[in-house]
Amino acid sequence: MSERLRVKKTYKLYVGGKFPRSESGRSYPVSSPDGTELANAALASRKDARDAVAAARKAQRPWAGQTAYLRGQILYRAAEMLEGRAGQFAEELADATGAAPDAALGTVEAAVDRLVHYAGWTDKYASVLGGANPVAGPYFNHTTPEPLGVVAAVAPQDDPLLGLVDAFAPAIAAGNTVVVLASEDRPLPALSLGEVLATSDLPGGVVNLLSGKVAEVAPHLASHADVNGLDLTGVRDADLAASLEAAAAETLKVVRRPGKGADALDLLRQWTEYKTVWHPAGMAAGAGGAY
Amino acid sequence: MFEYAPAPESVRPPIKEHYGLFIGGEFTDAEDGAVFKSVNPSTEEALFTVAEAGEADVAKAVAAARQAQETVWGPMSGAERGKYLFRIARLLQERAREFAVAESMDNGKPIKETRDFDVPTAAQHFFYHAGWADKLAYAGLGADPRPLGVVGQVIPWNFPLLMLAWKIAPALACGNTVVLKPAETTPLTALMFAELCQEADLPPGVVNILPGAGAAGAAVVNSAVDKVAFTGSTAVGRAIAKAVAGSRKKVTLELGGKAANIVFDDAPIDQAVEGVVNGIFFNQGHVCCAGSRLLVQESVADDVLARLKARVETLRVGDPLDKNTDIGAINSAEQLARIRALAETGAGEGADVWQPACDLPERGFWFRPTVFTGVQQSMRIAQEEIFGPVLSVLTFRTPDEAIAKANNTPYGLSAGVWTEKGSKILWAAERLRAGVVWANTFNQFDAASPFGGLKESGYGREGGRQGLEAYLDV
Repeated sequence: MSERLRVKKTYKLYVGGKFPRSESGRSYPVSSPDGTELANAALASRKDARDAVAAARKAQRPWAGQTAYLRGQILYRAAEMLEGRAGQFAEELADATGAAPDAALGTVEAAVDRLVHYAGWTDKYASVLGGANPVAGPYFNHTTPEPLGVVAAVAPQDDPLLGLVDAFAPAIAAGNTVVVLASEDRPLPALSLGEVLATSDLPGGVVNLLSGKVAEVAPHLASHADVNGLDLTGVRDADLAASLEAAAAETLKVVRRPGKGADALDLLRQWTEYKTVWHPAGMAAGAGGAY
Repeated sequence: MFEYAPAPESVRPPIKEHYGLFIGGEFTDAEDGAVFKSVNPSTEEALFTVAEAGEADVAKAVAAARQAQETVWGPMSGAERGKYLFRIARLLQERAREFAVAESMDNGKPIKETRDFDVPTAAQHFFYHAGWADKLAYAGLGADPRPLGVVGQVIPWNFPLLMLAWKIAPALACGNTVVLKPAETTPLTALMFAELCQEADLPPGVVNILPGAGAAGAAVVNSAVDKVAFTGSTAVGRAIAKAVAGSRKKVTLELGGKAANIVFDDAPIDQAVEGVVNGIFFNQGHVCCAGSRLLVQESVADDVLARLKARVETLRVGDPLDKNTDIGAINSAEQLARIRALAETGAGEGADVWQPACDLPERGFWFRPTVFTGVQQSMRIAQEEIFGPVLSVLTFRTPDEAIAKANNTPYGLSAGVWTEKGSKILWAAERLRAGVVWANTFNQFDAASPFGGLKESGYGREGGRQGLEAYLDV
């Protein structure tokens, strides 16, 4: 009897709800910190980044148009799926980071809890951030936070699962869609998380996950005119971060600089814009004050 | 139609012949002695001369602001800071008429607007933010929100005093000190405000005012400030966002717009016409959120246009200090040339131009209210901000088409919706990509109401609880 040959996973991108290889046909070897080769990951190209942005754009309005209750349930569903596969993720995380199995499992559980936390925010942050404004005139004036649109994020390099959750969960909780460039050297937990999201009733394109080189892919995301927000949390090279911010300035993207931390409400605020609507209240209200 | 006799405003503000830079609580001339003139755009006569800030002056002002922030204004209790701001609000109210006349003379806008809108709203901003100074912990931005430090602020010429208030009031309430550069063509009310700060015994260095042109603005942006707040063109906003990239400076930008005013077939037509006129001709159209595109439903387009033209015929263009005047002078020769050039492209690209028959004064910078019909979305007058009294009229058939056309610019500052149907207002307001939506009204502003744009209209809000974010370390 020969020993059973293990079926190894091909780690692919997660774009538009599908799992494509890089359109460039390239991949790169991923190892654990001790040098053990783990797998090959797809090496995303400029075209992959653009495809991901297109998928995110297409998904954005329908996603923002879903009820906050539904968005919350889907995020909670993702937590359920991750909990069910906690063992697998703990193993992948231990391989990726060299963490002890217990610590890795603790991180996975923290990631589950973080998803649950954001699931609960979807139908609350608008009440917390917005509200009625007491203007000095016969108007009902109301401010609500709205999603920025498409957010591109460079996920943290050292924290390939929990950091990844912070890179997409607050943004999608608030109705954005995202393109996330996973940790460059430790992309495998992120790519597996795509499988969790794909089985959580999350519509395709709401979260898109790329693996590849930050220096190669991020500039295309930073300059893409259809990206509205740019999260540079995972960019280690200060010069690169500065040049990405400068590229983002061309289309006046909202930029989160590296080192800003991961406070939940701050992240929700980061990826929202405020819309204020004025309604005349009372029969006497006319067209305006000037004429 | 009644004839109106001229009703010129009689108050004359105490405008000095020369103003210095306001640094550390004192007026001082520029290190290099540079001086420029401020001109009354309705007469082309020089009003006064003023020192022009250079890099050395900016550095001095930032140092004064830093010292004031660290030693006086930052450590001061919120309640005491608030009392200074309340005092400023009261002084502005007391001296409202002087400020209104001075603003009209320096800017060219009608006294009716400065008297009824610019100055009272500026005072309201100080009064409103004064009350926040000791309540910042309740703003929903954390239990102990801290000031950013020294804020560099660059403001435009269209609402000189009001934009100053929008910038300075929240910055000071949050415990920051400021270095503010007023626009090159409209420094007067900022300098009068500096005098008012002296009168209010505001600690030296808390407010610094540095008149100058673009170079002075760039010097402020590139100086040792902790935050840059800018209102102005998208091109300059983009340059500022690039300039601060990779630094620790925070930035908020309130930039251009090309707002759509959507008139549905079930709108109250007379009110809508009034709102459309207000939307584009208020302040000579020198308004970033001006309703410069009228989107009117095809079935009522003829009716709306006929009533619109009849209304525009009655607008009075002329002496800004006449209380009857609806439309004053264009702010500068440069801006007049820009408006003319863009308006010419409208005719050149095939739109039909209409202007009322009205006499224009012989001297000064003037442009007749102008309505373009038959405008296509691809035309420059449908895409670019003209910042003048020029309305581009487009039509639509379905509500979806109206939204698509309204959103079809790189801007996202404001929009207007006119319909009697409440559900249609909510439907449209949700879909419009704009930071401010006015339903059955237009150009309403309030200190309690956050203002600001999306997309290439910038980021950050001014006014309201949300506006405090721009000036706190959160």
